[in-house]
Amino acid sequence: MTRYFTEEHEWIDVDGDVGTIGITDYAQGQLGDITFVELPGEGDKLAKGDAPCAVDSVKAASDVYTPVSGEVTEANAELEEQPELVNSAPETDGWLFKLTLSDTSELDGLMDEAKYKEFVESL
Amino acid sequence: MTDENQTTEQELDEVIETGALPLDAWHRDQGARMVEFAGYYMPIQYEGIIAEHLWTREHAGLFDVSHMGQLTLEGEGGAEALETILPGDISALKPGRMRYSLLLDDNGGILDDLIVTNTGEHLAMVVNGAMKWDDIAYLYEALPEELTLNHHDEKALLALQGPEAATAMARIAAGATELKFMQAGLFDWDGVPLWISRAGYTGEDGFEISVPGENAEKLAAALVAMDEVKPIGLGARDSLRLEAGLPLYGHDLTPESDPVSAGLTFAISKARRAEGGFAGSDRILKLLAEGAPTARIGLALEGRQAAREGAEVYAGDQKVGVVTSGGFSPSLEYPIAMATVGSAYAKADSLEIEMRGKRLPAKIVSMPFVPTRYFR
Repeated sequence: MTRYFTEEHEWIDVDGDVGTIGITDYAQGQLGDITFVELPGEGDKLAKGDAPCAVDSVKAASDVYTPVSGEVTEANAELEEQPELVNSAPETDGWLFKLTLSDTSELDGLMDEAKYKEFVESL
Repeated sequence: MTDENQTTEQELDEVIETGALPLDAWHRDQGARMVEFAGYYMPIQYEGIIAEHLWTREHAGLFDVSHMGQLTLEGEGGAEALETILPGDISALKPGRMRYSLLLDDNGGILDDLIVTNTGEHLAMVVNGAMKWDDIAYLYEALPEELTLNHHDEKALLALQGPEAATAMARIAAGATELKFMQAGLFDWDGVPLWISRAGYTGEDGFEISVPGENAEKLAAALVAMDEVKPIGLGARDSLRLEAGLPLYGHDLTPESDPVSAGLTFAISKARRAEGGFAGSDRILKLLAEGAPTARIGLALEGRQAAREGAEVYAGDQKVGVVTSGGFSPSLEYPIAMATVGSAYAKADSLEIEMRGKRLPAKIVSMPFVPTRYFR
C-alpha cells in the first residue's frame, strides 16, 4: 500500500485500484475542532478535483477535494457520531471515504510522505 | 512606472502593514495561533476553540481586545454633541455608568456599535477595532471643533469573563467586584492605574480592563497565573458572543441595517424617542412606530451541520432572508445562527437554510441562545 499527499492537505492510500482518502494531521490542526463532516454517498462518481466532502470546524466549513477520479464505495460512518475522530486520528480512524480509482495515472502528480513533509515545512 | 507611483506604492505598503499589539509576544509565548484581524496580529486560539469556550462558561477566560478603539471626548457639551449622532441618552449618563449605543449615519444606518462611559472627567468610547479609523474620521467631521477626541492607542484592553471572573478580579482590585453590570471606575493595582468596567461580550459576568500598554503583560501574566483563568482567543470570543445573542458589527450589523430591524431598540432612549434629533432620527422613529421591513432573528438548526454567514434562508420555495452569523454552539452542542429575514417571517414556524445545495431545517428561537449571567 502506498500513501500519497496533495498540496490541499489530503492523503490517499492506494491498494490496487482502491483508494482511501482523508485529511492530514497538518490540515486538522489548521482547522481546529471539527464538529461535522459532510460525506459523499456510496456510488457517487467523482472527477479529480471535485469536492465531495466538507469538514466543519467551529469557525468555518472547508472543502475536501478528491485527488483522483473514481466511484465512491464507502464513507466513514463513524464520523456521523464522532466527527472529532478527524482531529484525534486524521490519518487512521478519521479517514473520510474510499473509492475505486478510474485512472491510476492521476497519482503521478502527487507527493510522497517525504515531499509532503518538506512542503508543509515550507509553509 | 514613474517615481511618483513608486512612492505611492511604498506608502500603501506602510499603511497595510500588520501591527503588533502590546501583548503580541506574550500570546506567542502562551502558544497562541496568531491571525491578522483588524490590521493587527491577534490570537485566534490557544488550546482549541471548544475547550476555551467551555472554560470561559465554567471558570474565567482572559481575552486581549486591544485592537478595539479606546476613545475619549473632552470639552464642554460633549454629551449633547454625541447625542446629535447616537440615539442614546448620553447627557443623562451619571459618572461611572456606561451604555451600549450605535454610531448612525444620516439615514439611521449603523456605522458601528459602541459603549459610552461617563468617567466623571470625560466621555469614553470603546469602538470596534475594524471600524475605529472610520469612526474617528466620522466623529471628527461630525463633532464641534471645541471638543477634543483622543485615541488612546497607548492603552491595552483586556476582558476577564466567566463565573469565576470576580474571584480572580478580587485579587487584582477588590473594589472592582463591587461594580454592577455596566458600571465602571478607576482602580489602583500596585501603582498601575486600571480603568475597570463590569461588562463584556460573552454573556457572562466579567470585566473589561483598560491598562497602560507597558503594564499589560504584567497584568495578563498575573491573571493567567491564577487557577481560575486561562487565555482565550478570538475564535471562542465569537462563539461565546453568538450564544449570548450579541450582534457582531460588519456581520449582523451593517450600514444597511438600522436599530429597529437589528432588534436594538433598547439603545434608543425614551427621551430620544420623544425628541429625536439623532442621526437619521426621522426615519428611525418612523420605523419604530410602523415596524421595520426586516428583523434579526435567532435560529437553531437540526443535525450538526452549521449554517454560515451568507447562507440563504427560505420559507418553502421563497427566499426570505440571509444568515449573518452562524456556527456550532459548543455549549448547546448544536448549530445556531443569526439571520436577517423579512418581518413577516420573524415568527414563522419553521424555516430552511441552504448550505452547499442542501436545505437545513431551522427553528426560530429567542435570543440569547444561552442564558446570560450578568451581575446586576
